Amino acid sequence: MQVTLNVNGQEVSRDVEPRLLLIHFLRDHLRLTGSHWGCDTSNCGVCVVWMDGEPVKSCTVLTAMADGRSIRTVEDLEQGGALAPIQQGFMNMHGLQCGFCTPAMMMTGQALLDRNPDPSTDEIREAICGTICRCTGYENIVRAIRWAAENATENTEVSV
Amino acid sequence: MTVTEVPTSAGGNPIGFGRMLRKEDARFLRGQGHYIDDMDMPGMLHGAILRSPVAHAYIKSIDTSAAEAHPKVKAVITGATLETLGLAWVPTLSYDTAAVLATDKVRFQGQEVAFVIAEDKYSARDALELIDVEYEILPPVVDAKKALDPGAPVIRTDKEGKTDNHIFDWEAGDEAKCDAAFAKADVIVSQDMLYPRVHPSPMETCGAVALMDKVTGQLTIWCTSQAPHAHRTIYALVAGLPEQKIRVVTNDIGGGFGNKVGIYSGYVLAIVGSIVTGKPVKWVEDRSEHLMSTAFARDYHMHGEIAATKEGKILGVRVNVLADHGCFNGTAQPTKFPAGFFHIFTGSYDYEAAHCKVTGVYTNKAPGGVAYACSFRITEAVYLVERLVDCLADEMKIDPAQLRLQNLLRAEQFPYTTPTGWEYDSGNYGPTLLEAMRIAGYDELRAEQRGRRERRAAGDTSEPLMGIGLSFFTEGVGAGPRKHMDILGLGMADGAELRVHPTGKAQLRLSCISQGQGHQTTFAQIVAQELGIPPEDVEVIQGDTDNTPFGLGTYGSRSTPVSGGAAAIVARRVRDKARVVAAAALECSPDDLEWKLGRWQVKGDPEKGKTIQEIAMLSHSSLELPDGVEGHLDGTCVYNPPNLTYPFGAYICVTDVDPGTGEVKVRRFIAVDDCGPRINPMIVEGQVHGGLADGVGMALMQVIAFDEEGNNLGGSFMDYLLPTSMECPSWELGETITPSPHHPLGVKGVGESATVGSPPAVVNSVLDAIQVRHADMPLTPAQVWRAMQGNPFRTDLAIT
Ligand code: FES
Ligand code: FES
Repeated sequence: MQVTLNVNGQEVSRDVEPRLLLIHFLRDHLRLTGSHWGCDTSNCGVCVVWMDGEPVKSCTVLTAMADGRSIRTVEDLEQGGALAPIQQGFMNMHGLQCGFCTPAMMMTGQALLDRNPDPSTDEIREAICGTICRCTGYENIVRAIRWAAENATENTEVSV
Repeated sequence: MTVTEVPTSAGGNPIGFGRMLRKEDARFLRGQGHYIDDMDMPGMLHGAILRSPVAHAYIKSIDTSAAEAHPKVKAVITGATLETLGLAWVPTLSYDTAAVLATDKVRFQGQEVAFVIAEDKYSARDALELIDVEYEILPPVVDAKKALDPGAPVIRTDKEGKTDNHIFDWEAGDEAKCDAAFAKADVIVSQDMLYPRVHPSPMETCGAVALMDKVTGQLTIWCTSQAPHAHRTIYALVAGLPEQKIRVVTNDIGGGFGNKVGIYSGYVLAIVGSIVTGKPVKWVEDRSEHLMSTAFARDYHMHGEIAATKEGKILGVRVNVLADHGCFNGTAQPTKFPAGFFHIFTGSYDYEAAHCKVTGVYTNKAPGGVAYACSFRITEAVYLVERLVDCLADEMKIDPAQLRLQNLLRAEQFPYTTPTGWEYDSGNYGPTLLEAMRIAGYDELRAEQRGRRERRAAGDTSEPLMGIGLSFFTEGVGAGPRKHMDILGLGMADGAELRVHPTGKAQLRLSCISQGQGHQTTFAQIVAQELGIPPEDVEVIQGDTDNTPFGLGTYGSRSTPVSGGAAAIVARRVRDKARVVAAAALECSPDDLEWKLGRWQVKGDPEKGKTIQEIAMLSHSSLELPDGVEGHLDGTCVYNPPNLTYPFGAYICVTDVDPGTGEVKVRRFIAVDDCGPRINPMIVEGQVHGGLADGVGMALMQVIAFDEEGNNLGGSFMDYLLPTSMECPSWELGETITPSPHHPLGVKGVGESATVGSPPAVVNSVLDAIQVRHADMPLTPAQVWRAMQGNPFRTDLAIT
């Protein structure tokens, strides 16, 4: 079937199988491999992207369901060579280790900040609890999102 | 230890040890990591594995014709195909054999039965449904305690003459001496305990892409391997392929934790698939496959006993272990030690004697056992002794902190040889425990607990129960000395190669491989420390066997202890060579020079000198060098550690337990780690955080249990519960610093310390809250509630 979506600001049209999951569409068809896949049961949350500004588990969305919608992925966070505050926060607070959950954590964290620019640590913990991280023990992820809340307001160039 | 000033680079980084943001973050933050499933190649095919739905059965027949007829299927491989190649059975890391695809029988639920190769991954999975396998069901061995019963079904009928499910018996320590110590004890406490089967579950599952170039005979395998060099050699030995034509490449790994040490059927099948089809073949397992078939950990049934005088002086400890290894003995540990390093179970205390016996058995479960940040079973050892010490404290009505302080090894006893033969390199335990108690406010916590208990006794049930749990652990990491430690005959030394380019920028090549530990940063800092080259100018290269020296990989917290030693020594060799070059340029003797902040300078005339960058250019220039000194500025080294390093730590966990529901909340967790000097404190703290979350998960949530038919009850993340941000508290860390006397940098390794040390602190805390002597992990609400009724259940079997 034919689908047309806006992905990271660009319109894409593809002929896809009706059963194709959005995560596979993004990763295998568009080669946007920043969003990851980690489970068969919608429990791990490493696949989180935005659909019309809301974080969704893209393993639980059929590509067909995203027809006509806007998708935003981790690849869109950096703008004009400058990292977004959420990215800087993760770097500065060591909010990532293996990096596998990181794109989902950042997309979830940014969605929270868009709704609540000054979240408490409890609110952050609640917001990110749909994504599992096996490396960090979460504390530095919480600090990273707090850092983004407290510090930058726009993308800045960082040399890493 | 005094803290020395570290200079700062133009990039704002310490030229040496200190907090430095990670170099690897640049790609991960942008979604540009390069994990196995991100790979794509022209013409690449996709494999999927058909798995057994039952735990124990004869395979009567396999009909693959319908799958082969699927328009997108390129090939179907079965055990029969592999038999013709001599690859149906392969050796394991413990000198047993394991089936790549089942031929005669299936031996666990989830075992690999057939492999489909198709044009895309959806079609490959579709075709699995078209394969018809006829099974003749056999009774399974599920309960390890019944595996050796007379008449138990024999699992390994493939082994000629095998009439039972016994794998090995092993012991350590002096049994007679231990009996003597127990004979004079005033108090003996014994306790049965299970460290249940858990699965490391990195967020990325396992996978591989294999490409066999039939013209050149070159085989390239990209895969999720924590030990690329060991994999290459094993492929050569097993498949008879020429080792110089095998290249194993591991790019980014989405977490390993020991799960990605071994060679899985899927890797071998991707290789066979590429040989059969002539195309690159990708295999990436799904989560259920990962949970049901890849390396699990623990599964130790332990009966421990501890003996003490009436004054609370611990005299001895002994333990009998029944080890469930699943259906193939595939544990990854040094050959001499079938129970890994479990015989370090004496922990951090002073004894007269100790003794352990371990019996390994086959069951109809997935193989594994050493695979979860366990430092080769030190997790089980630390859990055993830290639970026994708490049981003793409970029996004697002594505060568990006091009992520990009274019995911890004293600083003057180091280096210390344990009753089971370990040589602890350095330690100063008392101050570490006191520091944890200081951060926790131990006395205030106990006072708060007393207050709550009094109010509850007076009828006020509004507050939850409060528990305070301690653990003190000694780790042994950095395997290891070649004369004692090998895996499949490969000694556990690590190589390193350092090249300093003419402009003074360097490349360090290592055999170990990061799975998130930040090697690109830490190892650049080691070179910076030793050579004065800013860390941003040092590129760390790992994961490609064609481009790195041989070594055994990253697991058992061995990267910094072993490869870190190699990196320091190779940098020092290069520094020594730089001295000769500088002397030639300055027209003086090398003896006239001293090393200061990245520069060889004339003693007493510091104006005259050459920076390492200047020396790098001179080494590649036309400068005349003394006889016997070759140009260029590089070096190699193989580091064979003289001993393990022994990091240690003291952990305190505070829990609130709802007595009505059995629900546990970890309110606080204090962790004081001593891993020697910290190369990058930020990374060390991150490692500790991750391990503490593991401890909370194992103590409270995670278990792979089985029902009586051998069905895996933890086969998805709906059933196998991992801690989220809601179950983890905000960790409170502290440190003490006791350097290793034998490591070139004094560092000890830390990656697994918290996973090893934290589970008993959580369990001790919960049991302290509910005032119950013992209940097995995981302390789920149901288990806590049952324990409070005096009736805890076995967590390895389905609840009945
Ligand atoms: S892949 Fe696990 S929730 Fe989407
Ligand atoms: S950083 Fe590895 S899973 Fe989160």
